[in-house]
Amino acid sequence: MARTEKKKNVVLVGFGWTGAILGMELANEGLEILALERGHDQATVPDFQYPNMIDELKYGVRLGMMQKPRNGTLTIRRDQNETALPYRSLGTFLPGIGVGGAGTHWNGLNWRPMQSEYHLRSYTEEKFGNIIPEDMTIQDYPMSYAELEPHFDRFEYVAGISGQAGNVNGKIVEGGNPFEAPRSRDYPMPPMHSTWDGKKFGDAAKAMGYHPFPSPGGIASKDYVNEYNMQMGPCNHCGFCERFGCYNYSKSSPQTAIIDALKRKKNFEYRTHADVLRVELAPDGKTATGVTYYDEKAQEEVFQPADIVILTAFSLHNVHLMLLSGIGKPYDPNTNEGVVGRNYSYQLTGGYTLFFKDENFNPFIGTGANGMCIDDFGMDNIDFAKEGFIGGAYWRSGQTNGQPIRSMGLPAGTPSWGAGWKKAIGEWYGHSMNIGAHGSLMSYRGNYLDLDPTYKDPRGRAMMRMTFNWQPNDLKMIQFMKSKMEPLVKSMNPDIAQDGFKKDGAMFDVRPYQTTHNTGGAVTGDDPKTSAINRYLQAWDQHNVFVMGASAFPQNTQYNPTGMVGGLAYWAAEHIRKDYLPNPRPLV
Amino acid sequence: MKKLVRVLGVLVVLGLVALLAFIFVPVQRTGPVTQLAADFKPAKGQGEYVMRAGDCLACHTNEGGKPFAGGRAIQSPMGTIWTTNITPDKETGIGNWSLDDFRAALYDGVTPNGTHLYPAMPYENYRKMSEEDIVALYDYFMHEVEPVSDKVEETKLGFPFNLRFGLRAWNWLAASYEPGFKPTTGQDEQFNRGKYLVEGAGHCAACHSPRNLFMAQDGIDDTSKVFLTGGEIDGYTAPDLRGRDSGPQKWTTEQTAAYLSTARNAHSTATGEMMLVVRDSLQYLTKEDNMAIAAYLKKIGTAPANSASATPAAPIVTETEKMLTDAKADMPLGPRLYLDNCGGCHFVTGKGAGETFPELDGNSLVTAKSPKGLISVILHGAELPSTADRPMKMRMQGYDKRLSDEEIAALATFLREGWTNKAPAVSAADVKAVRDLAHH
Repeated sequence: MARTEKKKNVVLVGFGWTGAILGMELANEGLEILALERGHDQATVPDFQYPNMIDELKYGVRLGMMQKPRNGTLTIRRDQNETALPYRSLGTFLPGIGVGGAGTHWNGLNWRPMQSEYHLRSYTEEKFGNIIPEDMTIQDYPMSYAELEPHFDRFEYVAGISGQAGNVNGKIVEGGNPFEAPRSRDYPMPPMHSTWDGKKFGDAAKAMGYHPFPSPGGIASKDYVNEYNMQMGPCNHCGFCERFGCYNYSKSSPQTAIIDALKRKKNFEYRTHADVLRVELAPDGKTATGVTYYDEKAQEEVFQPADIVILTAFSLHNVHLMLLSGIGKPYDPNTNEGVVGRNYSYQLTGGYTLFFKDENFNPFIGTGANGMCIDDFGMDNIDFAKEGFIGGAYWRSGQTNGQPIRSMGLPAGTPSWGAGWKKAIGEWYGHSMNIGAHGSLMSYRGNYLDLDPTYKDPRGRAMMRMTFNWQPNDLKMIQFMKSKMEPLVKSMNPDIAQDGFKKDGAMFDVRPYQTTHNTGGAVTGDDPKTSAINRYLQAWDQHNVFVMGASAFPQNTQYNPTGMVGGLAYWAAEHIRKDYLPNPRPLV
Repeated sequence: MKKLVRVLGVLVVLGLVALLAFIFVPVQRTGPVTQLAADFKPAKGQGEYVMRAGDCLACHTNEGGKPFAGGRAIQSPMGTIWTTNITPDKETGIGNWSLDDFRAALYDGVTPNGTHLYPAMPYENYRKMSEEDIVALYDYFMHEVEPVSDKVEETKLGFPFNLRFGLRAWNWLAASYEPGFKPTTGQDEQFNRGKYLVEGAGHCAACHSPRNLFMAQDGIDDTSKVFLTGGEIDGYTAPDLRGRDSGPQKWTTEQTAAYLSTARNAHSTATGEMMLVVRDSLQYLTKEDNMAIAAYLKKIGTAPANSASATPAAPIVTETEKMLTDAKADMPLGPRLYLDNCGGCHFVTGKGAGETFPELDGNSLVTAKSPKGLISVILHGAELPSTADRPMKMRMQGYDKRLSDEEIAALATFLREGWTNKAPAVSAADVKAVRDLAHH
């Protein structure tokens, strides 16, 4: 039997970065806000506390902070001819669970996309002519970088990002990224110091005429107080960032940046173990009336009425809820019609591992956003027509951790156990470094999300089905990166160098970890035929439904997505506050 | 012989009469120190503000209980004192009290029926409050506080402390000074506002002044040399506020004010009882009032002002820092435990980081006369209250499950002797005593 709760002005589905941002911004408007989080509550102490958190086996290997597939997963296949099977064992991407969401267990790498990325289709067509493949469905963002800039800035100052500006209002700053889109001011904190691998890489890159700069990240380089008076303490480089909650108040997260300030507001409430099953629509389908969630403590369904419903869950969950609730027309790749599930995208990375007998990298020192980067092979700097692909990558070198189970680089051919393995560990631990290329991924007709016809989740709902495979354009991009990285690696003169770049014809493999940068599926756009939400992240058909998160990306950026997710959330929050609340209606 | 008997008899009778008078003649109750206009009405919010400044809520509310309904146990050297219900309930609270009754409780420590209050109620200090504040506070309790019918446990101390009339004599020593506040002439308004809050409602001396032979506050205002030079509460050291190395003297006025309103500043954080004072009282004071308190404390410093904090001297690398940086394998247990458990936040310098990780070098909690506070923080951690200016409930985790009594003793001893600290060692028995408290 469902119970009905007291109506709220706003219900937020998911209490991670975007839920916390929208909660704060709208609570400041005096609205009654409720955030529903399907996971548990968690705070720095006791949940991330030292030394319990720095347990590689529990969190790094057994994925203690991630959602359990048995409580809900999706099915995956590589193309329409395959039968999708449930993703039963987490590998290639790791959706988090609990208050703070993925914002608690990320590495902290924080970027703004490059200038060409906001209008990628028109930029490509104008600059390089008619080169976009027929099945590539990339499109422009419906807002410009200039419009988003204040919101990127806001997020960086709330989250607490350390970095070196390279372009402040058009003025190039020595030591920063000269290719970045112009920012209105410096980062809120100076950059982190780089470890020796980053330094070596930066020096080699500079010698080749590239433009190295310190990696920007949500890792505090000093003590910090943000606009909500929330605090961070300086990082001690323990190297337990990705897959872990930070015990040191040093990694940017909803917990360090927003939540305690939000909790002080009497008009804000959050409930945990509240798994939203669907958004409920009015009989005419033109508005949402609230959400139905499963209350795991009471073991019953609850109808939560609300004036506004904002999906603030992980990108995949946002899309799943839209498909289950009838918000927007589901995408059909055969007709190329429909919008929900369209333009699902991911990330393509590659890199080199370099072994140096005589170097000691002290890998136990690190952070998730450590090291030096170059953007010389970013999208703005590539001739798509000449190179034969659309895309780009930033490169980075900087150890993130020295954890013994997953972070002991060994030369290819080393036995994976026994005396040979032991000998190799003795010989090589601490003597290797990596250089990574973090590449873009375009969107295609064949890569999409829909509801699975066979498999159901524990609540009896159809699971979401992911159809995804690598495409020639992007594999060409990553091979290009290899060709450019190889000479740089050689110039560093390692004893052994081995590459990890996907080759032409590579197939998507869900087993090894790649990234949790799942994007698209509910993209923002100007045309309701090719986008699920308008430029204010508002559903085209239900004006009181807004959808945050990386599901809005028309294709994936070459960078880590969090900066864009935060910028879009502040952008949407401003328009909801200033434009929608005084007169609720379709804003476009 | 007969004469001697007669004289003795007269003396006994006189003594008895005096004793009976001492016990039964009602105490003279103090009247208003200022005659207010008949139509005086406190400004809106003033009563609640005075309540916050006086921190009435903290003692008169039980953990999880209704506000001001009393029932909280206050541990005193004489035994457990149970705080009373001060809601306007007519049966079990103070609903029948007149303004004069109310003032007498605050000034003289007597209830309407003449019963003496135990001085856990700081009437020694409240005696300095202005009539305006008394009226505002009375008005607040009568009209803004929800009446709660709840008979709280009666305080029953052992002999001779159960003979409350004895407090009459104690009061001659402790609370016989002329009531009301005497500003210091020649000092500015800010100084005197700070002085009023510190000496009166804020009752800082209740913890921060030493106690004399009779357990009365030794110094209730700044005319006393020992006023606010440190005291003890329940075995914890309440630090000196006036000496050269004390917080209010080392820190800038702004830093002290930040400590009072947010429980944290660039150097230190408030823990234990002081954290509760910030949580329940000081964070609600205006910025101006906390600045006034800080400015006043600075001015009553007993040693020449230390200008070092304004312009930090070039950092000196201490022997402790060198040892921690070298991290040799034969390092003693204390510093090794420090590196394994503490250094990640507090660093090898012992300087921590602004407003997040407190300094351990020169920290009054670390070097306190009684190590109980330091041991307690190591065992159980500490949490900062959420305040308007600093909403984050930053928390240090406890190490009670990770470190043994011997290890904590070694660690605490290292902290008390490390960097520029010089305080006596801590024993495993000291740690055990504090650890055992948690099991009660």
